[in-house]
Amino acid sequence: MSHTPSTRQQERIAYRRGRAVRSVLLAAASTAAVGTALTVGITGAPGWERVKESFFDPETAVEYLPEILAGLWLNVKLLVVCAILAMALGLLIAVLRTLRGPVAFPVRALATTYTYSFRGLPLIIVIYLFAFGIPGLRLQGTPDVLWLGAAAIIVTYGAYLAEVFRAGIESVHPSQIAAARSLGLSYRQAMRHVVLPQAVRRVAPPLLNDTVALQKDVGLISLAGPIDAIRAAQIGVAQSADFTPYVVAGVLFVLLALPLIAVTDWVTLRAARRQNAGS
Amino acid sequence: MLLAIDKVRKVFGDHVILDDLSLDVAEHEVVALIGASGSGKSTLLRCVNLLTEVDDGTIHLDGEEITDPRADPDLVRRRIGLVFQSYNLFPHMTVLENIMLAPVRVHRRSSEQARAQAMQWLDRVGLAEKAGAYPDRLSGGQQQRAAIVRALVNSPRLLLLDEVTSALDPELVGEVLTMIRELKSDGMTMVLATHEMGFAKQVADRVAFLDGGRVLEQGPPEQVLGDPVEPRTRRFLARIIEAGRL
Repeated sequence: MSHTPSTRQQERIAYRRGRAVRSVLLAAASTAAVGTALTVGITGAPGWERVKESFFDPETAVEYLPEILAGLWLNVKLLVVCAILAMALGLLIAVLRTLRGPVAFPVRALATTYTYSFRGLPLIIVIYLFAFGIPGLRLQGTPDVLWLGAAAIIVTYGAYLAEVFRAGIESVHPSQIAAARSLGLSYRQAMRHVVLPQAVRRVAPPLLNDTVALQKDVGLISLAGPIDAIRAAQIGVAQSADFTPYVVAGVLFVLLALPLIAVTDWVTLRAARRQNAGS
Repeated sequence: MLLAIDKVRKVFGDHVILDDLSLDVAEHEVVALIGASGSGKSTLLRCVNLLTEVDDGTIHLDGEEITDPRADPDLVRRRIGLVFQSYNLFPHMTVLENIMLAPVRVHRRSSEQARAQAMQWLDRVGLAEKAGAYPDRLSGGQQQRAAIVRALVNSPRLLLLDEVTSALDPELVGEVLTMIRELKSDGMTMVLATHEMGFAKQVADRVAFLDGGRVLEQGPPEQVLGDPVEPRTRRFLARIIEAGRL
């Protein structure tokens, strides 16, 4: 089993090693150059001292961090609830849009109208309409503003996710349905056991990508009043007359998104590899 | 008659695919459908399985009209197995799960019972060790044999085979044909659309030549393939021989 590489192969290995060392050195030098240029460019700007004080003040950051973190916990909870419910709603709408037959016509029409209108409507307007419009009806048992805001996010994202799911359903080849039906499965059974599992797997990457977008958009709930990270930062800005709390909230949102983005990239890569291996 | 197809018509746009086509199949009989691409072989099989709606005529299965719009297609399909050219196994399920799906969900068998029956079949066709594998890990011939087992575990009265060897590499065709030959000796009633004239000759009790949406000529394989009456059948067979397929 022991194989001694030929002199030619040893030469090749030595050459490649040399190239690799050179690449690392070049990358380090180039990074240092770009980093220095950026630092000098920004810190050397005439207004840098003012900006540093009003956006990057460590004392203000430390002072308001606890409140912003407490607010962020609300964002996290909202994200989980909204993501699950928006996906459930999206899947339901997507399935309803595939129904056939005259009885299903109004259902189909409603589902289509819904996806068309809520994909066009800005989320901010939906939040205002839900959070301030619905309580105005003075109905018994109107839920809290927090829930109304969450509902606005869910119905808006549900419309996007419905389209993602629908694309997935349509990507499953009709011969799969034919095979399922030929075995005696009903349309519902064929959907449930054959079409949907394949559809959901295929659209996992765009679905997760929309979840990343959702994680920052849950911050818009602050417009309706609940104290989330953005609202807490806003209060901090008002009290300290310093923009640092916004930067703190921004950094926290990025940190919150990182794991989700990493998972999305990993799933996307895996899906792409599988696609290439399959052909 | 187990299957009676009477004056069935199917039109796509202004293209007449089946033109008052009639064909009877007796119990335990194996009928091979031959004919050029586009002669309506696949469409006929899809009509029998109610995947395609007929535009006229009737189809009876065991004396019951299955083209009656009041008949429940799901109930009809439980009695008819269909195997496709491209296997159409479900890629997200293992071979065993593919085979167990209909027995458990449609025929409401317990999963132990369905599993035992599936394993018995897989054992018989030499795929037992592939039970836990996903379809993309199987060769074409293995996938097609698994697809045939998937149709068989529902104990169909009638098995329809649509060009089941056409997508296979030549060296894999044999294993699938052997399996069909065994099904014939079990007494399974089969209608198979095929391009394998040699195989049709061996396994079929009757060969039907489809042309212009009709059964132009039918009879024992030796006669239809060896000494056809119709000039169009002769021409078709001459082309096949030229291509080296007989």
